[in-house]
Amino acid sequence: MRSVWRTEARRGLAWPRPVFYALDRRLLRAIGLVVLADGVVGVSFGAIAVSGGQPAWVPLVMSSAVFAGGAQFAALYIVLGGGAPAAAALAGLVLNARLLPFGFAVADVLDRGWPARLLGSHLVVDESVAFALAERDPARRRAVFWTCGAALFVVWNLGTALGVLAGRAVGNPDALGLDAASPMVLLALVLPALREPAVRWAALTGAAIALAATPFLPGGLPVLLALAGLAAVAMPLPGGRGRRGRPKAGAEGQA
Amino acid sequence: MTIFAILLLAGGTYALRAAGPSLAGRIAPSARVRWLLSVAAAVLLCALVATSALTSGHGFAGWARPAGVLAGGVLAVRRAPFLAAVVVAVATTATLRLLGVS
Repeated sequence: MRSVWRTEARRGLAWPRPVFYALDRRLLRAIGLVVLADGVVGVSFGAIAVSGGQPAWVPLVMSSAVFAGGAQFAALYIVLGGGAPAAAALAGLVLNARLLPFGFAVADVLDRGWPARLLGSHLVVDESVAFALAERDPARRRAVFWTCGAALFVVWNLGTALGVLAGRAVGNPDALGLDAASPMVLLALVLPALREPAVRWAALTGAAIALAATPFLPGGLPVLLALAGLAAVAMPLPGGRGRRGRPKAGAEGQA
Repeated sequence: MTIFAILLLAGGTYALRAAGPSLAGRIAPSARVRWLLSVAAAVLLCALVATSALTSGHGFAGWARPAGVLAGGVLAVRRAPFLAAVVVAVATTATLRLLGVS
């Protein structure tokens, strides 16, 4: 997968830099924007929880211990709607099932001993995975994953706390159009991978399957069903034509 | 929400996240499996884009959000900066809502 940010390639610069700070300003700004947008959503999470009658510790503990926006909102809405807490937890887990393959996809970023694995695993979220997959260079992958994940964690929790404090005073973030930010961010990050035809077919097939299943299945499952789209690239192998292993440059971000 | 339910969700979520990073070193998957895993991640991300842009709950999300993502998406495909694409998406959706398009 190629970087979304092409400053380096365009300028052809190759100055030596410290391994950790393999992030240029453009990339940092992009991360900052994503983190900011998610922070606002975090504010609304805290506000919706307390104005729905939940005690303050509920959104605070959820944001730090669960740290997965979609699952947190799903679980919260089920409880606010009168559902059983256990059912809310299960619905959240189904939504988070996608984190399992995501964890495998970024495992190379977390191969520096168990403390990094322990801590880094908690930072596996859609955005940090998408940013990491958009980079090919291992140092940049590592830097972008940790920076995005850690910044998101801090701002998501700060946002939640702010929302808890503000309570009902917080308006609806949808009025600001912020619900368009999350799909847009993920789209921009995944686009370079789609330049490879095999990946594009698998992804489009998967997306179509997920959309078709959405009216009928509980949240989270349609996205998992999209994995059936993988058959579009997995099948041709035995014939031996093309893509075998494919370790060369391509859409893979050496998972 | 009970503390038990939150811990169940948190613990389960952590296990899902940590399985890959802690198992990958031991299994040493082949290059093809690693390629398939990264394609799987791209497929899941795309499905997330499609469902979160177009649907809300079990139904259509309304026109404002998909229109915003489409506007930003066109910019992104034309290699506009990331920032511009996201700002245009959000601004388009907000403007449409301001005009009364849900």
